[in-house]
Amino acid sequence: MLAQSVFFILAAVALSSGVMVITRRNPVHSVIWLIVTLFSVGGIFLLQYAQFLFAVQIILYVGGIMVLYLFVIMLIRVETVAKQAPYGRQWPIGLGAVLVLAAELIYSLHKGVESFHLGPPVRPPMDMNNTEAVAGVLYNNYMLPVEIASLLLLVAMVGAVLMAKKRFE
Amino acid sequence: MTGIPVEYFLLLGTGLFTIGVVGVLTRRNIIIILMSIELILNAVNINLVAFSHLYGNVNGQVFALFVITDAVAEAAVGLGLIIALFRNKETVNADEIDLLKW
Repeated sequence: MLAQSVFFILAAVALSSGVMVITRRNPVHSVIWLIVTLFSVGGIFLLQYAQFLFAVQIILYVGGIMVLYLFVIMLIRVETVAKQAPYGRQWPIGLGAVLVLAAELIYSLHKGVESFHLGPPVRPPMDMNNTEAVAGVLYNNYMLPVEIASLLLLVAMVGAVLMAKKRFE
Repeated sequence: MTGIPVEYFLLLGTGLFTIGVVGVLTRRNIIIILMSIELILNAVNINLVAFSHLYGNVNGQVFALFVITDAVAEAAVGLGLIIALFRNKETVNADEIDLLKW
């Protein structure tokens, strides 16, 4: 089964590079591993016929947000950060709490797995490609949320400029 | 029709979410905490796209787009805050920013 083996490879890459993100001392290495994770998550979107989201993932996340992270890491001094202890004092408690959370999630997934078996996945209609379908829903049913999202981005842009400015007058 | 059961995607989402929460709770560097939040948001997107594919309906993908928009806004404001913080306190460690604990 080709699709299944591709899924397992992508999932293994995503999970292992995710672990690398949170264990590296140098934030630059973390960003590089996060890019690997985002690429494999994009591959998983592609595996589910979400081509438009795949493109958005690559262009926006990998091309936009990660470059922003790299810029900020360049502005702060990485050499001093890489020499300090990477984990806080509370790490055993945090790890324990997360293990409990993961056990809970996996248990409920295991118990409720029957409710997901709704028959085979429905194939998207072939007379319309994915981008067209997303655009149709986005601009017909979600017009107001799109406007609110644009307002959110404007507010975030103004806020980021204001935060990073030299002085508040 | 990939033939992959939907619970595999949910398990992958659970794994990425767990890794992200571990990063948020245990790391000291704020930049890596923000990156862990990106991991959590990606786990959510995997779940949304998996159910969107299961129901043959693109509403889940539209929701994932809105989640990505939020991630962009969060990264921009968060990184601006980090720059302001580093300028004032010369540190990016979350446990050294304890002015409100006094």
